[in-house]
Amino acid sequence: MSTDTVTREAALRVITDALVDVGAERDAITADATFEALDVDSLDLAEVSQVIEEELGVRIGGKDVAAIKTVGDAVDLVVARAA
Amino acid sequence: MSHVVVTGIGAVTPLGVGAGTLHERWIAGNTGIEGGEAAAREFDPGDFMSRKEARRADRFTQLAIGAADEALQSAGWADGAPYDPERIGCVIGTGIGGIGSFEHGHGILKDEGPGKVPPLSVPLMMGNAAPGVLAMRHELRGPSFGVVSACAAGAHAIGTAMRMLRHGDADAVVTGGSEAALTPLSRAAFAALDAVSRSGISRPFDARRDGFVMGEGAAVLVLEDEERALARGARILARIVGYGATSDAFHLTAPDSEGRGAAAAIRAALSDAGKAPEDIDYVNAHGTSTPLNDRSETIAIKAALGEHAAKVPVSSTKSAIGHTLGAAGAVEAVATILALRDRIAPPTLGYEEPDEGLDLDYVPNTARPLGAGDDPLTGLSNSFGFGGHNAALVLEAV
Repeated sequence: MSTDTVTREAALRVITDALVDVGAERDAITADATFEALDVDSLDLAEVSQVIEEELGVRIGGKDVAAIKTVGDAVDLVVARAA
Repeated sequence: MSHVVVTGIGAVTPLGVGAGTLHERWIAGNTGIEGGEAAAREFDPGDFMSRKEARRADRFTQLAIGAADEALQSAGWADGAPYDPERIGCVIGTGIGGIGSFEHGHGILKDEGPGKVPPLSVPLMMGNAAPGVLAMRHELRGPSFGVVSACAAGAHAIGTAMRMLRHGDADAVVTGGSEAALTPLSRAAFAALDAVSRSGISRPFDARRDGFVMGEGAAVLVLEDEERALARGARILARIVGYGATSDAFHLTAPDSEGRGAAAAIRAALSDAGKAPEDIDYVNAHGTSTPLNDRSETIAIKAALGEHAAKVPVSSTKSAIGHTLGAAGAVEAVATILALRDRIAPPTLGYEEPDEGLDLDYVPNTARPLGAGDDPLTGLSNSFGFGGHNAALVLEAV
């Protein structure tokens, strides 16, 4: 999997699907939505991180997970790291 | 000293969902064994938990969640526990823990590499997952931990919970056992040990018995201090009056052929209860249907109960639901409580051919009334595990 560039749309799509897989409501997932509001915790984000690495080739570690609060934060991080 | 009482019970077993279901179907002579295995087929995790909660729990934890929901409801805790959460403990036994999750993760490791192993692998497979999840689910903030002693784990958990209450460590303890080991590795491993019945038939104490039938399930009991339980107007189902635990220190898997450790556990439980052998109205045997256990257990019962052994009905729940391993002690404690309450000796199913020296009253095939007069009945429940662990509980109806 290339890590050259990842579009925001691609990142949001992968992250949204992964969040739905761990139990979040698809309709509630927006860039502004906090993980807390989505009832997504650190264990869920460990699974989401694994999917991001598989699908987008971007590695998100434990420190990164601690720093991101919203879906938009995760998208920004993935796009920045892939650039 | 205030007694330890049982105010709630719940069970998920191969005979169905519910403690009452286990009791009624066993009494009726139904079996939960199909195709040489005893799965908890009627259990649907969706009846008890959200999809997300189910993803976060190995099947052994899911079974414990189901049993605990029933137990807490039957204790009258449906709208919340009646004690300070920090005074409520949780002790749940298991033989193996989340072996299904272990095997799943290991399969991914082999096929796809370490980077693909699910992050939930550890929290799902850890042997203390069930008490951890139950503590979170029901806000139990007192002491909580798992007990691991193979097929004696459920009884050790209950005994430990009883001791916690007697010691004043808690006002109530949610306790029991759970097991979900009907998995490829576990099946193959028990078969390789030659512990599992090749005929696929569980017939404890019968001359033709050839091993245990693997089962799965869970049972949970709510234990409370009697004075506090009475003060809150709780319905009391039974008292746990005695607990004895010993070790064979003999062999990793085989019981001591003289049943010395098992007999010592029974004696210790009787002594703890302040009971004489003659006080025991019913014995719920470990009764695995293995050639070695049923012989050594018979010897142990005779050694511990003396002449009374010939007069007391002895039956095996495993004849109806197979061997639920670490759940067995808890499932059988629940079955014993309901047998004592309803004054009925449940049957040892499949018993037809007596074996030489195995000459107790095994209540063959048909349930029958238990006890004379109206005095509350007292029962003994035996549990023994690989590793030489022995645990006996003395239970008293109210």
